[in-house]
Order: sequence, then structure tokens, then C-alpha cells
Amino acid sequence: MSREKVLVLVVDDFADNREMYAEYLRFKGFDAAEAATGHEAVELANSLLPDVICMDLSLPGMDGWEATRRLKADDRTRHIPIVVVTGHAFDGDGQSALEAGGDRFLTKPCLPEELLSSIESLLARGQP
Amino acid sequence: MGRSVVTRLSLTSKSEAKLSLLEALLGSDEPAECAERGVDWLVEHGGAEEVLCLQVGAKDPRLVGLAAAGLRNTHYELPEIDLERPDNPFTAAILGRQVVVFEQTRDWRRRFGRLPLSAETLLLVPLFGERTDELPIGALLVAPVAAKVANEARWIAEALGKKLASLRRFEALSDAERRLSNQNAELQHIVNAVSDPLLLTDAEGRMIVANSRAETLFAALDGESDGRRRAIALNNMLFSAALAQVALSGKEIHRRELPLVDPSEGSDLLFEMIASVAAGARENPALVCVLRNVTDLRAATEELESNLHKLRAAEANVRRDRDRLELVIDSVADPILVTDPAGNIVLMNTPAERLFTLRAGANQDAQRAVRANDAQFSSFVSNLFFAAAPRWSAEFSLVDPISGETTPVEGVAGRISTEQGELTAIVTILHDRREAIEKARLYEQLKLASSGLERKVAEATRELVWQNELLQRQHLALEQASKLKSQFLANVSHEFRTPLNAILGYTSMLLQSIGGPLTAHQRKNLERVDSNGRHLLAIINDILDISKIEAGRSSVENGDFDVHELVTEVIAELEPLISRSRLEVGSEIEASVTTVRSDRKKVKQIVLNLMSNALKFTAQGSIRIAALAGPGNGLTIAVFDTGIGIAPEHHSKIFEDFRQVDSSPTREYGGTGLGLAICRRLAGLIGAKLSVESALGVGSCFKLELPRSVP
Repeated sequence: MSREKVLVLVVDDFADNREMYAEYLRFKGFDAAEAATGHEAVELANSLLPDVICMDLSLPGMDGWEATRRLKADDRTRHIPIVVVTGHAFDGDGQSALEAGGDRFLTKPCLPEELLSSIESLLARGQP
Repeated sequence: MGRSVVTRLSLTSKSEAKLSLLEALLGSDEPAECAERGVDWLVEHGGAEEVLCLQVGAKDPRLVGLAAAGLRNTHYELPEIDLERPDNPFTAAILGRQVVVFEQTRDWRRRFGRLPLSAETLLLVPLFGERTDELPIGALLVAPVAAKVANEARWIAEALGKKLASLRRFEALSDAERRLSNQNAELQHIVNAVSDPLLLTDAEGRMIVANSRAETLFAALDGESDGRRRAIALNNMLFSAALAQVALSGKEIHRRELPLVDPSEGSDLLFEMIASVAAGARENPALVCVLRNVTDLRAATEELESNLHKLRAAEANVRRDRDRLELVIDSVADPILVTDPAGNIVLMNTPAERLFTLRAGANQDAQRAVRANDAQFSSFVSNLFFAAAPRWSAEFSLVDPISGETTPVEGVAGRISTEQGELTAIVTILHDRREAIEKARLYEQLKLASSGLERKVAEATRELVWQNELLQRQHLALEQASKLKSQFLANVSHEFRTPLNAILGYTSMLLQSIGGPLTAHQRKNLERVDSNGRHLLAIINDILDISKIEAGRSSVENGDFDVHELVTEVIAELEPLISRSRLEVGSEIEASVTTVRSDRKKVKQIVLNLMSNALKFTAQGSIRIAALAGPGNGLTIAVFDTGIGIAPEHHSKIFEDFRQVDSSPTREYGGTGLGLAICRRLAGLIGAKLSVESALGVGSCFKLELPRSVP
């Protein structure tokens, strides 16, 4: 399946942040899908198969760690790079997120341009 | 003349009869037979009717009937005719040696008894031997009294008297020989019975008599062994030599030792020889030698001497032992007494003497004390006389006669018995108990004090345990509170970041003109929003750092790192600030400082903080960072500045949380006020010490003292 634009799935339960990243990414020429819960994130990832996922950790219901683990355990979604963006700033948090399967770890506050450069570097890595 | 005719007439018949009688007498050795022939002849040829022949007894002077002829009463009894009773007329007649007429008068018969002849008037013819000075050997009583009969009786009496006397002599002679030989045999017997060798020798030493003991030593028999012969020859030689010595000495009785050899065993024997000249043999002098075996005696004597010697040595040993014992018991400080089974004190040492003996000139009190001590001791020791136990101990009091002091003692007495269990002595040691009592008293005091102490310690321990528990509880509560606080701060941090993320994000988007172009005024205001948002973020980051440390979630990772490199790195990172400040910034690193082992990340964070503080609070002048060796084998990193300085009263405050010297809202210097608080905590984590020296308006010096190795 080929798309004209790169599709980024932005997962965050806090709408202002989620919409802020989505708006910025769209402004920068990306396609952005949004999920507010872990379940929603796994569902959308399966249905849309985005090119990148931006994952918050503190989520109602299934949290970001669990969602990341599930996506990385599924053959269909395993290849999708995940950038973890979280307000949890302890050393262990980043480690645990990477262990769950995250490819990048960013601490909030994270400016939209920082997220963008992370996504771009991940995509560049994924292309031959 | 007539007489000669008769003689001649009768010669033919009587001569033959007399001749045959003499022949018969000559041929007989039996007195009774001879007498019988005689009396028979008198009756047959001499005209006698009754004849009785009497003979004097061989041993007693009594007349005994020997033969009779013609007696009507053949069983005759003779009256007592004792030749030693001269009042008897019959005896007198016999001793008168003449043929006399004897009449058995009524008076005679009454006094002396009746003769067995029936005739009252009798011829009494005494019988004699050859020698006329001897007593008669007997008598013939013949009846009837007639001249013719008397002549024949006289003839018979002569022949018979001589015959009986000769027979009696012969008999006596053979008796004497028998006695002599018997005596000889007895003597030999006696001599042999003597257990010692006995010898009789002549003057030349030849043996005349030797008893069997002597023979075994000196007489060789045929067929004896050579060894025995040689031994006997040697003995004879030795004996002869000894005899020669005896002869030389000229003494009547001579004693000397004579060594001989036992011929049968070959062993040495020692004899004492007693030689004496045999009495009554002067012309032919002989020696009687008695040898007494003193071999055993000599051995016994030697043994006795050796025993005596041993006894003396033993006695000396005992004396020495006793001296030593006395020395030992005298050296013992406690009184020691030895009592014999009768209860008498036989031995005591000097300390005992002080208690139990009176000194010269002792006063009455001392005398009383000694008597009292004696009584006490006697009563104590008496326990052991009656008790079966080998030991007895008791406590009692004695009085020192010199000081008059009463001393409590413990007496320990032991029985000393022979192997048979017979009591020989009792040894008593008196131990002064004053020291023991004092010790016991002190011990009691000590125990009391100790138990008091123990009680106090126990109380203190209880208190301590309680306090400890309290502290632990407080500690737990504090820890919990701290954790809660950290958790709370972490949550707060998260909750701050989430909206801050939106604020900074949208601001950034607006400033990038994503929402459309901005006026200069809008841009300026938006930049202020951005700046305050970033400051808020800095505060939140610092709070997060502190809460991380306090929640124990900041681990220490040690490693060796180059100090010079670290300093260069810090200066490089701060380069934008340095260049903007126009201050002179320099570093000095001592040559001896190379590497240090610590948590590089935390050291860098501290140094970075101190340097940025120095840049912040210094308007002009210089900033210097130095790395110095010491204190001890540690390392000091110091940051000097020429800034505003800190008043001494504020030196401790500046390390507190959210503290700046000027904490008013309108303060001149930015910053969260948490930098030094974090540095202090980090220094604590890595075992380092952070301190400040500063003077207001002059400058400050912050020092981080690192231990060379991790504690």
C-alpha cells in the first residue's frame, strides 16, 4: 500500500498535546491520525498501519507501555517505529519504554520541531 | 696213828671220790652245780645227814641258799642273814672264819628266823677263796656235829670256797669288760651325736678319734672322687697347719678361725677351731679339737653389718627428709601441725608455734590465748579420731597470743595411716580465713554493685531499645514520607510537564508563524511566554533531580576518569555563556592530579552547576577552576570567582532548597534556587564534601573535596 504522505499515529490522552503535534505534523506535510487510549492506539495501528507512531505512556485503560509491547509483539505492526513522548522524566522511565519496544524516547516538554526531527531520523533509518 | 690208818684205808675209796669231785668242780662253771656236787658228796661220802650251802650275793652282802642235800623239808626258807649285821651270832660266826658249832637257839630263831635244817646243833663252815683278806664267799651248814664230818666238811669247804670265789671273780671280771665296751660305744655315740666336727689328735697331729662329721671333712674312703680327695687333702693340710700354730701358742685352750673346703660341694666353709690339751695325758699329750661351723654365722654377720649400714643410710635419709620437710612446712605461711595418735603435737611450723607455744615472759593474756587455742585445736582434731573419714575440715577461731587478735581459721586435717590402716599421725593445716572473708565481703559488694549496674544497664538497654524502636519507626515514617514526597513531586512534575508541553509547543508553533504572520508586538509577548515557560521547565527539572535523589532512584556509577578532560569539557559546554560574560575564565590543574575514581556524571553536574553559578554572580573580574591534590590522598576541585560574594551568616543557607540569598520576588539573579541544594545532595551521594569560603563583595570559592577512592 502506497501513500502520498507519511502517516503518523499520534497517541495521547491529553487532547491539547495530541492535536498540537497532529496540527504541526500536518502543517509540515504529514498525515496524522489520533488515538486517546491504548486500545484505540492498537486498533488504529492495526487498521491504518501508520508509518510512525508517537506514543504517550500515561494512558487510561491500557497504558503506553502495554500498547507498545502489543504492537511490537504483532507481526503486522512490529515494523512500525514508535517514538515514545512522555512527561515521566525519571531515568528508569526511558529505559522501560525502550524495553517495551519503543525506538526513540523523548521527554516532555517536547517541542513539535523536536518530535519532527526524531520522526524524520527514524524514517531515514527505515529507508534504504 | 689211827688216823693215818683211816686215812689210808679210806684212801682207796675216798681218794677216788674226792678226785672225781675235784674233776667235777673243775669241769663246771656253774656255782649252783658245783655247790650241789659238794653237798651231795658230803652226804654220800662224808657222813653228813643234812647239808646246806649258802653263798654271799654278788651285789649285796646277804647269804642265799645255793644247794642242799639230805634236808627233810625240800622247800626251805632262809632267815635273813645279813653280813652287815654283826649282832647276828650267825654272822659273827662266819666272819670269825673258823669252823664252829652253831646252835639254833629258841632266842635266835625268834630274832632271826629258822634255818631249814632240822638239827638244832649244826657245824658252820665258812667258805673262802684264795685270798684270806677277802670276805667269805659263803658257808656250809652241816649236821650232825662230828669230828669225822667236820674234817670232810672242812675239805669240801676249802675246795668249794676256792671254786666259788674263782667263779665269782670271773663273773665280776666279765661284767667290768662289758661295762667298759658299753661305755666305749656310748662315748662314740655321743661323740658322733655332736653336730660339730670333733677330733682327738696326738702331739704330731695324727688323728686318734674323729666323729663322723670330722670324718667327712678329713677322712678319705676308698673309691672317692678326685675332687673330694683333693678337698680332703687340702683340709688335712690346713688342719695340720692350724695345729702347729696351736702347739706354738702353748695355751691350754686355743681358739682360731679355720677355713676349710666342703668336700662334697666344694664350697668354702669357715670354722672356729677350739683346741684344748686333753687333761690327764701329760706324758702322751693329745689335743681335743672342736670345730664350729661359722660360715653361716659369718654370712649372717656380714648381712647384719650391711643391714646396719643400710639402716644408718636410711636413718640419714629420713633425717634429711625430715629436715627438708621441716624447711618446707616452715616456709608455708599457714600454720601446720602434726599430731600423733595419742593427740600430742609432735611437729609444728613457725606460724603454728606462734599460736600454740608460749614465749618466755608471756603475759597472762597470751597464756590464756595459747590455752584456748590448744583447747580449740584438740577438740577439732578429736573429730578425726572418732570419724571414719580420712579428712575433716571445720571453721573455728584462734587468738593470736602476741597481737591478741581473733583470727577465724579453716582447719583441714588428714589422717596418715599405715598400709594396714593403723593411724600414725594427723596433719592439720590452718588456713587464715580473714582474707577469704574479706574477699567474700568484697565479692558480695561487687555483686551488689554489679547487679545494680546490671539493672541500670538493663534499664538503659530497655530505654535504648525503646528509643531505637521509636527512631526506627520515625525513620520508617520519614522514609515513607520522603518516598511519598518524591512520588508526589514526580507526579507533580509529570502533571506540570503535560500542560507546559502544550504551552511551549503552541508558543513555538505561533513563533514559527504556523498560524499566520505576527506583529512585532505579538512576537515580543509570545517570546515572553516562551521564556517563562522555559524557566518553569528548569524549576521542574531541578525539582525532579532532587526528588530522584531523595527517592533513592539516583544510582552511583563509579569509574576512573581524567580530571583535566572533565574540566575542559565543562568549560566547553559553558562557552556560549562565557563568551557572552566577557569574564576571564581560566583553569589550573596540578601536575600530580591525573585521574580520580568516582561517578563522573555527578561530578560533572556539580562542577557545571558551580561554574554556571560563578558566571551568574560575577559581573566583572575572573573565574578560575582548579584541581588540587588533597586533603589526604583525596582531590579538591575548586571554583573561584570575583563576584558579589556571600555574607558569612548566609554560608549555610545557600545549600538549602529553593534558597538564594535574595529570595524576594524582585530578585536580581535568576535561577531556581535549587542548584546548590542538588549539588549538596549529589556530593553526599558520591562521598564528597561541598563547602564555601566567601566574603561579601570580594568573591567566593566553592570546593568539592573528593575522596581518592570510593568509600
